[in-house]
Amino acid sequence: MLSAGLGTILWTSIAFLIVLGLLKKMAWKPILKSLKDREDFISDSLKSAENANAQLSQLKADNEKLLAEARVEREKMLKEAKEIGEDIVAKARKAAIEEEQRIMNKAKQEIENEKTAAIAELKVQVVSLSIKMAETVLKKEFENKDMQMKLVEENLKSASLN
Amino acid sequence: MASNLKLAEKQNFTLNMHFKRNIGFVLFTLFSFVSFASHDSVSHETAAVEAHSTENSHEQNHEQKFDAGEMIIHHITDAHEIHFFTLNEGTPAEKHFSIYLPVIIKDENGFHFFSASHFYHNKKNAEVNGKHVHYYEHDGFILSGEKIYKAEGEEKVTFNEKGEVANASVLDLSPTKSVVGLFITALILILLFGAAARKYRKNPNAAPSGVQGLLETLVIFIRDEVVIPSIGHKHASRFMPFCLTTFFFIWIANILGMIPFIGGFNIMGTLGVTIVLATIVFIMTTINGKPYYWTHILWPHGVPLPIKFILVPIEIIGIFMKPLVLMIRLTANMTAGHIIFLALTSLVFIFGQSSAVAGYGVGVGSLAFMIFMYFIELLVAFLQAYVFTLLAASYFGSALEEPHH
Repeated sequence: MLSAGLGTILWTSIAFLIVLGLLKKMAWKPILKSLKDREDFISDSLKSAENANAQLSQLKADNEKLLAEARVEREKMLKEAKEIGEDIVAKARKAAIEEEQRIMNKAKQEIENEKTAAIAELKVQVVSLSIKMAETVLKKEFENKDMQMKLVEENLKSASLN
Repeated sequence: MASNLKLAEKQNFTLNMHFKRNIGFVLFTLFSFVSFASHDSVSHETAAVEAHSTENSHEQNHEQKFDAGEMIIHHITDAHEIHFFTLNEGTPAEKHFSIYLPVIIKDENGFHFFSASHFYHNKKNAEVNGKHVHYYEHDGFILSGEKIYKAEGEEKVTFNEKGEVANASVLDLSPTKSVVGLFITALILILLFGAAARKYRKNPNAAPSGVQGLLETLVIFIRDEVVIPSIGHKHASRFMPFCLTTFFFIWIANILGMIPFIGGFNIMGTLGVTIVLATIVFIMTTINGKPYYWTHILWPHGVPLPIKFILVPIEIIGIFMKPLVLMIRLTANMTAGHIIFLALTSLVFIFGQSSAVAGYGVGVGSLAFMIFMYFIELLVAFLQAYVFTLLAASYFGSALEEPHH
């Protein structure tokens, strides 16, 4: 019962080797290859998905960083603008004050000058009027001798030499 | 390993026990429960199945006594026919439904071809030392115990004192039942994997569907759990075709042996089949042996010289023992499974002989136990294929092992 017949051995060898050869060529190679390909495909896909994810998060981080930078920049710009604005206003105010001062000074000067000129004019006018009046008075006074004498006397009286 | 060997020993013991009994002639298939119940059903002859009646007066035994040992041995032995069932057993209208396989034998006159039906239609009975024996005879050849001998002299057949045929045996190259089972397995494998491979070629990146899904799971299992861990990534792809083929070959053949009414194949329980697988494993291991493997066997490092004298012969024996154990384990396990089924079936008949009620009573228990065993055997069918592949892969792995520093 447990004897190995030569016929069985022969036929088994033939059958097994044929099946081995056939399956190797038409089944195992394509099946193992596509299994490998599919596994590679899946692992590649997973890897690339991971990469994409990493890139995405990198991008997100970059964006955030950019956003933060932009915010800082804005802040800075606003601050600078404010400073510049304030500066401009301050400068403008200072300039305005200076100009006002200058104009005021100039006006004062001019007023002073005008005043001086007016006073000088007035003086001249007053002097000439006085002279005219004095002339007129003198002309009238000195028509009469007595009167002349009287005046001298009076002046002399007031100009007593004590 | 140790428990496996123990198991094999136990099974061999069981086999030997059944060897000893050798009277009577009762035929029924591996799972003949149904045929037992419908004993008187009308026979149909189909084109594929040839039926013949054995009405010869000398045909039947003097007493119809059921011999479980004879029946079991008959069913687990490879045969020159594929026997499906027998109708009207033990009556003159007895009919055997079988496919008779071609007989190819070679003697000093050259090759002889004929159908085994010539043998099975010409049954002879004899008495040797009070023991009843039977054999078949055709055209100068004797078939006894599925072995073919040359007929000699007037008597044609001579027996030794044990009742075994003592004639000179001839070279038997017949495709036997196991060979036919093997070819069916081969066909199933080619069709199954051809279809699966076509799917892969057509749609390489699609999710597997149908039978492809089951096969893929197993292919990946063999690759990732058996071949790569045993052999390593570097050489694994070279051994994948052999390991995959061996695994599926053994598994499908084992499953085929569990299908009732197709002749009760016991393919992997046939030594002629497993010896081929074991020999291929042996050849592959030997030709792939790296220098490290051979030095490990022939001159192991770090072992004192006296120990070497003990160790080296053991290692050399081990080279041959490993595939031998592989072969015996598979054969014994598969045969044991078949014996359990047959023994459980026999129980019904043994009790049935004393009374029909006892037969049916025991039948219920037997049936329940057989259903349980069926599930166990389904597991064993897979397990033995897995174990064979795993061990073969580990032998290849050890042959290819690189010195690790």
